Amino acid sequence: MTATLQYLFDALSLGSLYALGALGIALIFGVMRLVNFAHGDVMTFAIFVLIAPTSEAVAPLWVGAWSTPLLVATVLAAGAGLSIVSEWLVFRHLRHATPATTMMASFALGFVIQNSLLVLHSSRPKAVNLWPTLSMPMNIFGARVPALQLLMVGITMALLIGLAWMLRRSRVGLEMRAAAENFDMARMLGVKANRVILVAFGLSGTLAALIGLLMVSQTGLVDIRIGAPMMLVAFVATVIGGLGSLAGAVLGGFLIGAVSTLLQAWLPLDARAFRDAFVYLAVILLLLWRPNGLFVTSTARQRV
Amino acid sequence: MPSFFRRHRLDTPILLCLALLLMAALSCTGSASLQRTVTEMLIRLIMVVGLFIFIGHSGVMSFGHMAFVGIGAYGVAWTTMDPAIKQLVLPGLPAILHQSALPWIPASVLAALLAGVIALIVGSVILRLSGIAASIATFSLLAIFNVVYSNWDSVTAGSSSIVGIPTPVEVWQALGFAAAAIVVAHFHSVSRFGLALRAVREEPVAAQSCGINAWRQMLVAFVLSAFVCGLGGALDAQFLGVVNPDAYYLGRTFTCLTMLVIGGSTSLSGAVSGVIVLSALIEILVRLESGVALGSMTFQLPTGSQEIVVGLVMILMLIRRPAGLMKGRDWLWPTLLARQRLLRPILRTT
Repeated sequence: MTATLQYLFDALSLGSLYALGALGIALIFGVMRLVNFAHGDVMTFAIFVLIAPTSEAVAPLWVGAWSTPLLVATVLAAGAGLSIVSEWLVFRHLRHATPATTMMASFALGFVIQNSLLVLHSSRPKAVNLWPTLSMPMNIFGARVPALQLLMVGITMALLIGLAWMLRRSRVGLEMRAAAENFDMARMLGVKANRVILVAFGLSGTLAALIGLLMVSQTGLVDIRIGAPMMLVAFVATVIGGLGSLAGAVLGGFLIGAVSTLLQAWLPLDARAFRDAFVYLAVILLLLWRPNGLFVTSTARQRV
Repeated sequence: MPSFFRRHRLDTPILLCLALLLMAALSCTGSASLQRTVTEMLIRLIMVVGLFIFIGHSGVMSFGHMAFVGIGAYGVAWTTMDPAIKQLVLPGLPAILHQSALPWIPASVLAALLAGVIALIVGSVILRLSGIAASIATFSLLAIFNVVYSNWDSVTAGSSSIVGIPTPVEVWQALGFAAAAIVVAHFHSVSRFGLALRAVREEPVAAQSCGINAWRQMLVAFVLSAFVCGLGGALDAQFLGVVNPDAYYLGRTFTCLTMLVIGGSTSLSGAVSGVIVLSALIEILVRLESGVALGSMTFQLPTGSQEIVVGLVMILMLIRRPAGLMKGRDWLWPTLLARQRLLRPILRTT
C-alpha cells in the first residue's frame, strides 16, 4: 500500500513536469502550427539567470541569491521574455512559411540559445542549492514523500485550473481558442493575431521557466543539457495527446510520467538504463493504435 | 545515346561529381589538413545526400537519420576491428564477429544494409503518422538510438568511445562513395519512385487518387536514405577510427539538416551546394576560433561561436530564402539551361 502510494506520488510529480512542458508546446502549436523545438532551450536559459556567467566549476549565485518571491518572478520573466523576443525576431517573419520551415527555424534558434549559454557559462553542470528544506520528506499515510513533490503536483493542478479558467472565461483565452480552431477566420472576426501569438509565447515561456525552476530545486544542478531530454518527452506527450489539443497534451504528459515510473519500478535492474527507450517504444505502439493521438482535433483531420 | 542522357537527366550527377573531383584533386596539392577537411566534407556529403533522398522528396523533416549514421558507424566497428581487441572491449558481440574481421568495403556495405533493415522496420511504423507527428517520431527514434547505444555496455562500450577501428578512408575513397551516393540519389530522384513521392509531397490527396501508395513510396525513400546515411556513418568511423554515441546526436543532426536546408532541400544540387558552402563557412569559423594573426594582433572568436553563427545563418536563410540557395533547381549544362529559359514563357501561356 505504502509502496503504491509512493509510486503514485512519483508518477504524479514526474507527470506534472511533463504535462507543463507539453502544455507550453501545445499552446504555441495550437495558435500557429509551430513545433517549437527551442522550448527546452528557453527553459535552460531561464534557469541560467540564477548564476553569474563564469567558466569556473563553482559559479557564484546571481539571481539565485535574491529573496524567494523576487527570484521566482525574475526566472519566470526571463523565460517569458526570451520566448517573446524569439517570436519578435524570428517567428514573426515566418508567418506564412510551411510547418517544416518553422520547425527548422525553431531548431536553429534552440541551437543558438544553447551555444550562447555554452560560451557564457562553459559546459560544466553547476551546483545551485535552492530551498533545501523542500527536499525534506514528509509522512503521508506511511509513504515518505519529499515536500517538493507535493509542491510540484500542487502547482501543476493550480496552474491547470487557472489556465482552463483563462481559456474558457477571459477574453484573451477565448481569442486563443478561436485562433487555435481557425486562425484566418478568427482574424476576420477581429481577433488581433499578433497579440494572441504574443500571449501564447509569453505563457509558454513562463511555463518553461517554471519547469526549469522545479527541476533545479529537485536536482540542485544547473546544466546546459537539461533542456533537450525534457523537451523531447514533452513533444512526444503532445503527439500522444493529439497535436493541437491542450487537454490531450496534459494527459499525454501524465501518461508518460506514469509509464516511466512504472517501468522504473518493474524493469529488471539490467534493463533499467534502457527505460527511456522502452517509453518511446510504448509511444510508437500507442501511435500505431491511434495515429492522430488520443484526442483528434479538427485541424488534425485531413479534409479531402 | 543523347536521348538516354537527356531522359535520365545525367548532366546533373556528372556535373556534381566533376565538381567534387576537382575539389579532391585540388586538396591533394595542398596540405594534409586541407585533405582532411575535404575528406570530412565528402563524408558529410554522403550523409546529407542520404537525408535528401527522404526529406527532399517527401517534404517530411526527419530528425532521426543520425541514428542510421550511428548504426552504420558502429556496424563497421563491429566487423572491421581486430578480433583480439573486440573480444576484450566488446565481450557481448556474437561469436562469429569475435573470430573474424572483414575488409573495409564489404564491411561498409554490410553496416549500411543493417541501417536499411532497421529503417524498414521503424519506418513502416513511423511513416503511418501525419507529417508533423512523423517528424517528432523521428526525433524519438534518435533518442532511442542514443539511449540504447550509450547503455549497451557489452556491445557498444557504453558512452565511452570505441577506439582502434582501421582507417583506410582518405580523400579518394571518400570521393568514390560520395559519387556513388550522388548517383543513387539521382536515379531514385528521376525514377518513378522519386516522381511519385514528389507528387505525394505536392498534392497528397490527388496523388493518392491517382493510385500512388503514399506510405509505400515514403518507405522506399526512407530505407534508401537510411542505407546511404549508414554508408556515411561507416565511412566516418573508418576515417576517424573512433565511434561514440554522442557524435551521432543533436549536434550533427543540426549541422547536416542545416546544410540540406541552406542548399535547398528539394534538389540534389541543392543538397550538394549546401554541403560545400556550409563546410567552407564552418572551416573558416573554426580557423577563426583557434585564432588568426592580423598584423601584430591576434583575432580570435570564443569557442562555440561557430555553432552560433551557423545557427544565425540558418535562421536568416529560412526567413529570406526558405527554398535555399538552389531554390529547387539542379545544376545543368549551360545550353540546356538556355533552352529551359526559352521554354518557360511558352509553358506559362498555354
